[in-house]
Amino acid sequence: MAKKLYDTPHLDQLESGPWPSFVTGIKELAKNNDMAVDLLGQLEASYETRKGYWKGGTVGVFGYGGGVIPRFTELKDENGEAKFKDAAEFHTLRVMPPPGMHYDTDVLRKFCDIWEKHGSGLIAFHGQSGDIMFQGATTENVQPAFDEINELGFDLGGAGPAVRTSMSCVGAARCEQSCYDEAKAHRAIINTFLDDIHRPSLPYKFKFKFSGCPNDCMNSVQRSDMAVIGTWRDNMRTDEALAKKWFAKHGMDELVNDVVAHCPTRTFQVKELSKIKSGEHITSVAVSDTHGIEINNQDCVRCMHCINVMTGALAPGMDKGATVLVGGKSHLKIGGLMGTVVIPFMKLDSDEAIEKLVDFAQRTIDFFAENALEHERTGEMIERIGLANFLDAMEIDVDPSMVNSPRMNPYVRTDGWDEEVAKINAKKQAA
Amino acid sequence: MDQVVAEKPAAKRKPKETGVPDNKKFLHPLMEKNYGNWKYHDRPRPGVLHHVAHSGDEIWTVRAGTQRQMDVHTIRKLCQIADDYAESRVRFTIRSNIEFMVSDEKKVAPLIAELEKNGFPVGGTGNSVTMIAHTQGWLHCDIPGTDASGVVKALMDELYDEFRREEMPNRVHLSTSCCEINCGGQADLAIIVQHTKPPVINHDLVANVCERPTVVARCPVAAIRPAMVNGKPSLEIDESKCMCCGACYPPCPPMQINDPEHSKLAIWVGGKNSNARGKPTFMKMVASGLPNNAPRWPEVAAVVKNILGVYKEDARPWERLADWIDRIGWPRFFEKTGLPFTKYLIDDWRGSRANLNASTHIRF
Repeated sequence: MAKKLYDTPHLDQLESGPWPSFVTGIKELAKNNDMAVDLLGQLEASYETRKGYWKGGTVGVFGYGGGVIPRFTELKDENGEAKFKDAAEFHTLRVMPPPGMHYDTDVLRKFCDIWEKHGSGLIAFHGQSGDIMFQGATTENVQPAFDEINELGFDLGGAGPAVRTSMSCVGAARCEQSCYDEAKAHRAIINTFLDDIHRPSLPYKFKFKFSGCPNDCMNSVQRSDMAVIGTWRDNMRTDEALAKKWFAKHGMDELVNDVVAHCPTRTFQVKELSKIKSGEHITSVAVSDTHGIEINNQDCVRCMHCINVMTGALAPGMDKGATVLVGGKSHLKIGGLMGTVVIPFMKLDSDEAIEKLVDFAQRTIDFFAENALEHERTGEMIERIGLANFLDAMEIDVDPSMVNSPRMNPYVRTDGWDEEVAKINAKKQAA
Repeated sequence: MDQVVAEKPAAKRKPKETGVPDNKKFLHPLMEKNYGNWKYHDRPRPGVLHHVAHSGDEIWTVRAGTQRQMDVHTIRKLCQIADDYAESRVRFTIRSNIEFMVSDEKKVAPLIAELEKNGFPVGGTGNSVTMIAHTQGWLHCDIPGTDASGVVKALMDELYDEFRREEMPNRVHLSTSCCEINCGGQADLAIIVQHTKPPVINHDLVANVCERPTVVARCPVAAIRPAMVNGKPSLEIDESKCMCCGACYPPCPPMQINDPEHSKLAIWVGGKNSNARGKPTFMKMVASGLPNNAPRWPEVAAVVKNILGVYKEDARPWERLADWIDRIGWPRFFEKTGLPFTKYLIDDWRGSRANLNASTHIRF
């Protein structure tokens, strides 16, 4: 039995309603857990005063410089004693999940046992960076909790100016749109940078995210310094039986209004079967005895819309790989930035191919470590120095796929123009 | 900051730097068998995905909402359901929904019944309003302007039916963020704290707590400068420049930005990470000044429900919120939602000219 619950009139109002209630959950813990009792006490105070009462500090595990988020209460009485002393220390362990966040019940139960023993019993699946967040341990219990989690085969994630925990989509494990082995790339990259995760010493955070197709379920373009997004180069595949099945159910109006009208490059056409062209870059499939779809793949930007609507009837091609975009981040300091294309396409279908991605990541992080200002994200650094200089340092050839349009102003010194053209021509000839 | 070092065990156990664990052993056997060889999927009903592999194998996934911040009893309950009604393999989505995989269609209905009996709503697939991506808030963050789990709980209570149905024009992703750093991320609709007053500085503490040059450098508008105040080295703010973003607060807690009354909530719409149809988009602010009214934030919920209701009514199939506004235009968006378009919604940050209308494309 734990100590008595405080009155929590504000939090109590979050127990009603149909959605699962975290308050009810914490109250369940509070039946035999004083830390949960005091957590509710402090949280109720926040609800009453509309202020937060945690401050950071320095708490870690032996051998690592990051991965624990320290929290000490700031709610003190007149003698400087914590008002809610059993939650006065309420640290979080960030633990890296398996790619795709797959678990079996055995390992989840073991997490529960460990956290019931050493922590508050509150676990978040997952934090915004992708970590399993074991929330609420005393300073003393951080180490033994980590030791047991670590023995289970799990490791701490990133915090502070470090390579951060990564996320990858369900991907090849259960999605027909997967264009590379997300889990393999995820592990190959992140497990290369464990030192940069566990011992924060970069100018600022660096995040990788892995999405298997341009639907980008991991929000990688907006939320990662390096986004690896699956795509393909060859023609879209089709399945006539599924195409006819789709059409029989949805009809011509939906095909025209929901698919044709939404194609961003208008390359998706519906035609009478007799008028459908054939050719090296044409994908076509009949949807009925009279009509079919014709797609010129050279005009397709791999947006995924038609494939999303007619999944199975249409599918990504066979020559799969990924586009790599660099520099995505949220608001601070200069405003939100999306990643920009740095590698339009690379294969990721072999160990050697993935090694090239790891090598590129390594060189990017080395350059970031050398050149970014303190608290400057990769995207901000690139904005400051210009994409061309970043590409030059990465030894990547410029490509019109990297821009929305060529330059719109004359403010550039071009006296190296002939040399650049000569270099491009020499490369073309050598190829 | 407190300097506290965890007490080390006598033997000083060295960490096993194992990194990201392999997921293979956690995969449902059918997912491992058909890894990279799935052909298509459909959705037999809201909350259920049915995937078919090239091998002919089929797998059903039942998706349920959780409160994200879960107590061990809730997790064990979910495990028990997975063991009794599914096949002991689960995964979590990026939006904290839990997914149960089964190899037999017959298991789907009893699994759904058991989940709903235990209070876990089944849904969040396809064109539903799925679970809100949320942050830490008052529960665990050191700089929050509001709570996260409470806002999410209050809103998901309101959006419960939309989670369990697939009646929206396209999927709807929501996020909440407890400060302007926006850890909740981009979404079709986001609720983000918007401070309206410059930080209140405790000059007695600045010299001891803050690395002043770092704080000065952190300000996006160069509004902070070193100063001596009451004989102590501190910082001062040019309040005519300050746009109240709160960037100085994390590196310098004595610069308190959170204010129970003046820290408001803003609503943003039209973020989209997918490349489907148009390119990815950032969301845009469409409302602000909403009170931080714990524990149920009714004013915020009203605006959210209003926007989603108009979108549901007016958008065409497959239009995400951004696609819909792209078609109807911003004047019509503000007209239909009844939200006031104020001068604060005209962008004046860097690159802002690209957000101005340089054409005669105007809908009347």
